[in-house]
This record gives sequence, structure tokens and C-alpha cells, in this order.
Amino acid sequence: MSDNDFTSNEMMTIAASRALKNTDVCFVGIGAPSAACNIARLTHAPDVTLIYESGTIGTAPNVLPLSIGDGELCDTAVTTVSVPEMFRYWLQGGRVTVGFLGAAQIDRFGNINTTVIGDYDAPKTRLPGGGGAPEIASSCGEIFITLKQSRRAMVDKIDFFTSFGHGEGGDHRERLGITTKGPTLMVTDLAVWKPDPVTREFTVVSMHPGVTREMVQAECGWTVRFAEQLEETPAPTGIELKTLRDLNARTKAAHSGGKSGEAA
Amino acid sequence: MAQFMTLPDAVAQNLKSGDTAAFEGFTHLIPHASAHEAIRQGIKDLTLVRMTPDVVYDQLIGVGAVRKLIFSYAGNPGVGLLRRLRDSVENGWPHKIEIEEHSHAAMANAYEAGAAGLPFAVLRGYKGAGLPSVNPNIRSVTCPFTGEELAAVPAIRPDVSFIHAQKADRKGNVLIEGIVGVQKEAVLAAKRSVVTVEEIVDELDAHPNACVLPGWAVTAISLVPGGAHPSYAHGYYSRDNASYIAWDKIAADRDTFLAWMKDNVLDAKPEDFADRIKHLRSAA
Repeated sequence: MSDNDFTSNEMMTIAASRALKNTDVCFVGIGAPSAACNIARLTHAPDVTLIYESGTIGTAPNVLPLSIGDGELCDTAVTTVSVPEMFRYWLQGGRVTVGFLGAAQIDRFGNINTTVIGDYDAPKTRLPGGGGAPEIASSCGEIFITLKQSRRAMVDKIDFFTSFGHGEGGDHRERLGITTKGPTLMVTDLAVWKPDPVTREFTVVSMHPGVTREMVQAECGWTVRFAEQLEETPAPTGIELKTLRDLNARTKAAHSGGKSGEAA
Repeated sequence: MAQFMTLPDAVAQNLKSGDTAAFEGFTHLIPHASAHEAIRQGIKDLTLVRMTPDVVYDQLIGVGAVRKLIFSYAGNPGVGLLRRLRDSVENGWPHKIEIEEHSHAAMANAYEAGAAGLPFAVLRGYKGAGLPSVNPNIRSVTCPFTGEELAAVPAIRPDVSFIHAQKADRKGNVLIEGIVGVQKEAVLAAKRSVVTVEEIVDELDAHPNACVLPGWAVTAISLVPGGAHPSYAHGYYSRDNASYIAWDKIAADRDTFLAWMKDNVLDAKPEDFADRIKHLRSAA
């Protein structure tokens, strides 16, 4: 792959990373959000505070963690607190500006399901559940979401409200007494989405280079709305791509090197 | 006062069928050796509590030791879903377990309430979330000062909590370092507690603000080097990520699972854990 080529996954991670500011305090979800947050820290936002729910505050991992509790996160953190302190003082206390989440299933209002596919009591697929997400979604100043688009993931109606986005849209959050902004940004492998200021429905504001409206719609289970002023997402810079590829290479080496493969 | 004893004795004296038990560890210091000993002793009908049930709870569920699971995130971290848990919930094999599902914030608060001797925990949580509609133990209270409606969940009070820690001194004081999770709260919330440790030392040599459980707050201590494997012990050995990845295949098939359990749990002993972490030492 030449320096100018990039995959849609790389574009997603890099576009998501650009949303974080140097002054943000970010509660990081595992998977795609974790890569984006660390690319932000390694490029334009060196002082961003990254928090993982295992209690590591201000962490700066050299490789991406496989779990939210890898030793690397603790070794490189400013401090590591207990899990009750994490959720009570730091999250519920209102000190986190951004929660960065992934999603197994999401609807047009940014409501997320990671609990079950099908009926709760007799599920077709039992997913891991919410973990920290229900309170991350309500206690962080705002929520960024990143996921790869597919009709399985982006659905008209989610099977379970693991975490609340904009509910049925409009002022639904305010009606429930939630004072934080909720989902303000969604970055997929095809586009950047922001909620409509009134209806709160996620609207495509920017498509990644080479992506068409038809491609966005083909991988989305609801009828996509596009902004009138539709922009093209700036392509990854050489530095962004190199930073991401180096991070992925370090991560791969660290997680596969010298291990027995024998479980216990 | 903490008593030093072998792990088989500690489990036999502190865990019985029908108990509510927590084998805690938030992606670190997970007490695998204790859970394997419980499986070897044939203990059944457990109500298991843990914020992040992963591989070892998958094993307990798969051998049919569990009646009910109280949890907030059930997955194989960084790998995927728990296949034995899924088989139980989706297909009823070996039987369908009962589920009480919370969020992390609620579970952490509930452990803390248990440790604090309170009947319930209060948090600003679950707003707009679906769990209160499927879990009758998620209720609400009104703040008597501001009128704000807040979520309430019952305190967690296990019959026994199991944790793994780095070291104990000869008086039974226990030091936990690194990602400390909710282990201190789990021990203080429980009627009895069993702590496995990497080593027993003359002096803990701990920072004044370190996470230390005084010996008089712990029931039993067993020396089991490597007892957290494939989880890790900060400062001793690193997480065996390859084993977590391998588990996904082992747990995918009932027969493969049962054969693995026979070889690695039923026919094994606590001392085997030391060998399993040899190649992971010093990298921690």
C-alpha cells in the first residue's frame, strides 16, 4: 500500500480521532474508540486525558489494550483509582467531557444496544451487556460514537435500549431530566454524522473521499438524511496514517509475541 | 484473623452449594485458581456475582455450577462473547441460568453499599435505559433534600468473596496493587473472604495509602503463585492474551469444552498455576 492509499477503517479511526480536543477528558470504550482516542493523543491532542473504566486516569498506552484493564493502561496512567471511585467521583461527578462509544446496534437517534439481539428473556444472541455505557451515556458532557456501517448494526429499531441517546428525538433527553448533550457525533467508515439541531436525527454532514450517497445508504437500515451543505472528509495526512499504522503494528506484535496459546 | 491454609481447605471451609459468591477481579487479579477449586469440589447451585464475568465464569456456568448470575458486563474482553453463557441463556445447556443484570456504575455502588453496611445504593443512573424494565431490583428513590429522583439498587452482600492479590505478610495483611477494581469492596461486603496470593512476605513494604486489607478483615489466605492466570498480577506476570483468544474456540463446542475442563481443571491442582505463568513472568 502506498502512502496515499488508505482503507475505510483507517479513515474512520482518523476522522474519529480528529474530534477530540487537547483539553478533553475522555472516557474511552474498547475497540474502535480506543484506537481513535490514542491516535488523537499521538497526533494533535498530546495532553488529552484518556480514562478507561478499569480506573486508569490519564493513561498513555504504547500499544492498544486488548481489554479495558490491561497492565499497560495502569503502567502509563497518572493515577489508577478503584472502580467505585471511577464511576462515582469522576464519571457521575461530572468531570468527563466526552464519552467515546462503539455500538453493536444503533438507531438514527444514537440509542445503542449491546445487550441482546431478539427478546430479552429468550434472546437470539446474548451480547455482553452495557458495562459502563448506561451512565457514560448520561453523565459525560457529550457522546461520540464510532462504528463500521452495516444494515445489521444501523437499524430502524434497536432490540434493547442499553444506553440512551436522543430517545425518540427532539427534547426527549430534557424530558427525562438528563442535562448532558448526548450523542453529538458519529463517525463511520463511510461518513461523519451529526444530529439535526431540532429532530436530533443523525444526519450525514461529510462523506469520506470516494464515498457516494448510495454507498452510505446501502449500509444503513434507515432512510439516510444528508445535510444541505455536504462536505468531503479531508483524507488522512501522512502523519496520521503513519501514526495509526505504527500503533497497529506495535499492538499486533505485543499481543501475539511469545505466548503459549494455552488457555486456563 | 486471617488463617493460612491450602486452597482446597479454604474453599471447603468457606464455600458451599447454594451460596452467593463473588470471584472478583476487574480484568486484573482474577481468582481463577479459587474458581477451579470450587469446580473440582463439585459445588453447585451458586448465585455468582461479578461486574465483569469472563472466561472463568463461562467455565463455572458450563459445568452447571451456577443457578443465577448477577453482573454488568459478560464478555471475553477484547475477544468476543461468552459461548458457555450464551449456550445456557439461549439453549438451556446444561441448564438455563437466571440473570440479574445491572450497569457497572450500579454494581460498583452496590458493592460499596455492601461494604458500608447499607441496605441499598443510590446513583444518578439508568436514565432512559432498558434495564429497569427487565430487572425489578432497579428502583428509584427521591432525594429528601432536592426532590431529585435517583436510581436505587440493593446492596451486594455475598456469603463469600474470593480475590487474588500480590502478597500477604505473615500476619495476614494483604496488599493489592495496580488496577484494584472492586476487590476491597467485595471482601468487606462479604460474610467470609478467601484471598489467594502470589507470595507471603515478612514485610508488605507498602506505601501509606496503598490498598491494604488488614488480616483481621480476611477469613482465609492461600499461597497460589500464578493463581490469576490467564489474568495477570501486576508486577509479577502479564496477561496471557493468547489464552483468552484460545478460549473462544475451546468454549465454542460442548465436547471440546468438557474435554478441556477435564484436562485443565478436574485433573489439575492449584500448584499447576505456577507453571502456566512461567513464560509470562518479568514481562509484567
